[in-house]
Amino acid sequence: MTLDQMKAYLQGYDGKEINIMEVCGSHTAAIAKNGIPGMLSPRIHLLSGPGCPVCVTPSAYVDKLIELADSGKVIVTFGDMIRIPGSKESLSEAKGRGIRVEMVYSPFDIISMAKAAADDEFVFAAVGFETTTPIYALLIEHLIKEEIKNVKLLTALKTMPGVIDHVMASGADIDGFIAPGHVSVVTGTGIYKPIAEKYSIPFGVSGFEGEQLLKALCGIVASVGRGVVHNFYHEAVRDEGNISANEIINRYFKEDDAMWRGMGIIPGSGRYLKEEYVSFDAGSFGLNDDEIKNKACRCSEVLMGKIKPMECPLFKKVCTPLSPQGACMVSEEGNCHSYLVNGRDDL
Amino acid sequence: MLHGSGGRASSELIGSIFAKEFDNDVLNAMEDAAVVDGCKRIAMTTDSFVVTPLEFKGGDLGRLSVCGTVNDLLMRGAEPKYMTCGFILEVGADVELLKRLVHSMAACAAEAGVILVAGDTKVIEGTGGIYVNTTGVGFVDEGIDIAAANSKPDDLILVSGTMGDHHAAILSERMSIKNDIESDNAPLVEMVSKLKKIRTKDGECAVHTLRDVTRGGLGTVLSELAASSGCDFLIEEDKIPVSSAVRDFAGLLGLDPLYMGNEGKLVATVTRAEAPEALAAVRSSRYGENAAIIGEVQKPGNGGLVLRTGLGGLRRLGPLEGEGLPRIC
Repeated sequence: MTLDQMKAYLQGYDGKEINIMEVCGSHTAAIAKNGIPGMLSPRIHLLSGPGCPVCVTPSAYVDKLIELADSGKVIVTFGDMIRIPGSKESLSEAKGRGIRVEMVYSPFDIISMAKAAADDEFVFAAVGFETTTPIYALLIEHLIKEEIKNVKLLTALKTMPGVIDHVMASGADIDGFIAPGHVSVVTGTGIYKPIAEKYSIPFGVSGFEGEQLLKALCGIVASVGRGVVHNFYHEAVRDEGNISANEIINRYFKEDDAMWRGMGIIPGSGRYLKEEYVSFDAGSFGLNDDEIKNKACRCSEVLMGKIKPMECPLFKKVCTPLSPQGACMVSEEGNCHSYLVNGRDDL
Repeated sequence: MLHGSGGRASSELIGSIFAKEFDNDVLNAMEDAAVVDGCKRIAMTTDSFVVTPLEFKGGDLGRLSVCGTVNDLLMRGAEPKYMTCGFILEVGADVELLKRLVHSMAACAAEAGVILVAGDTKVIEGTGGIYVNTTGVGFVDEGIDIAAANSKPDDLILVSGTMGDHHAAILSERMSIKNDIESDNAPLVEMVSKLKKIRTKDGECAVHTLRDVTRGGLGTVLSELAASSGCDFLIEEDKIPVSSAVRDFAGLLGLDPLYMGNEGKLVATVTRAEAPEALAAVRSSRYGENAAIIGEVQKPGNGGLVLRTGLGGLRRLGPLEGEGLPRIC
């Protein structure tokens, strides 16, 4: 189909009302940035899912980072993490009372920091999905090779298929998924097949350009009711995934249960350092407490696609990017942040 | 600290660095206050500059501190005339660096046609930082009324060049990312002077609003203009100029060029009939070669800003929320 044909197809769709969930935070951002919701038939609804890694990180993880910092360690993190609420405070708030937090753009920046300050102990806030896990594996490899002893990781690494199954099993009314692009580069498309078949729902693996998303949407809409997996991102995603990335992940990490903010523990959906590398772990196991700072926050339902962000009573009133009550309002890729900043569904 | 004592050491600092660069009769008199010619309507503005690093690709603190103030005067239709500067130096400030900054400041003031008529220097405890405040005065001709609230339905929206260059240049320096992106810090005297001369067939000024696209970027600035005028603004993503280097840089860091700042770009709302003439005027001016018409002012409404995306969808834009933290995946 040409671009115009795709637009006409999605605008003119007059079948049954359908809900399509995008699971990846980068897709959430790309959908809003391209203004896609307003280009669709009123019978096609897009929902954002649990695909922003910092949004699904429980409060116990933030509390643990602050505890480590309070004991004198330097926390090194990506920007988004510093404003995620813990049970009492965020890293950013704790920084105000003197803990040491450094923001970086690459986990490898921690190597030069650790070398320059050999007496300091550093902890990297290793949060992410399948996409970022190989990078942390490479980091561990470097730390071993260069015999760097003053760096540890506090991991909150999660995997996709388990949470998608969890969303479906919880009774969400979803007719198709835009499967995450970057994750699929690593995992391949096979991981979605069992879920597609179990619930008879189509998956479309998509890139991040507007036209790629429209193509994936067309494919998903045309396949509603069928348990199929389409790969619309051939230029980057192979069915078998990236074998060497998976090898290095499996060398350093093992699967175990993981706590998802607002959703509870999902079996086998986490990755932790293996026993032989546990000396690089700063205490990542058992961080299962999940206290919500503002009890009225409905992030968990937003992440599961049960409500849209504007249905939360705090949205845009008490909860704003400057004063986030829940994690979804923090990151550029958080569902609530994206809806608010881009006025999604407003046009 | 001795240089801030007010005694001989202060005089030496002022004489050897500032007076040498800002050589004019008013300043040379070394009086407590400058006495200068005036006019009926003056525009006045002040701004403080605390940029890090002090020197960056395409500019420095000195040039920036002139551009920021001069451009603010220009955006109200004023002709910049006089400027003052107040330096705050932390102990340990590099004197050679200070000389370069002051030299650059003087060169930019000369380019912008403003005379520096008063100055001050203070030295405080610290670690070598340099900060400057500049205040500017401009003359506003009779009949010139350029203001944020004046945009009218059917006006076209013009930007004078590519978006995000200053922001990307500064961020590149801070993050030690190597690229060719230069700050766009520039005084927009020539283009504003030409724009003000454009008249409608009724003899009115064709330019209704001018705003420099600084911190917060185009999205923030146009949101504010839409709110001030009470009209809806529609802009076209495909028409907004962004250099490929800045686009790539922004893509890498998860930033949106629509929310990245500039220090030498303006946005104007201009009557539709005269917009081609305005575009030609800006394009023929220094710093305006990449100017473009990017959208239109629509009927009075909610005073909101809407972007038609490259894909053909509509996206509502508001002012920048937070600081635009880089994404993590």
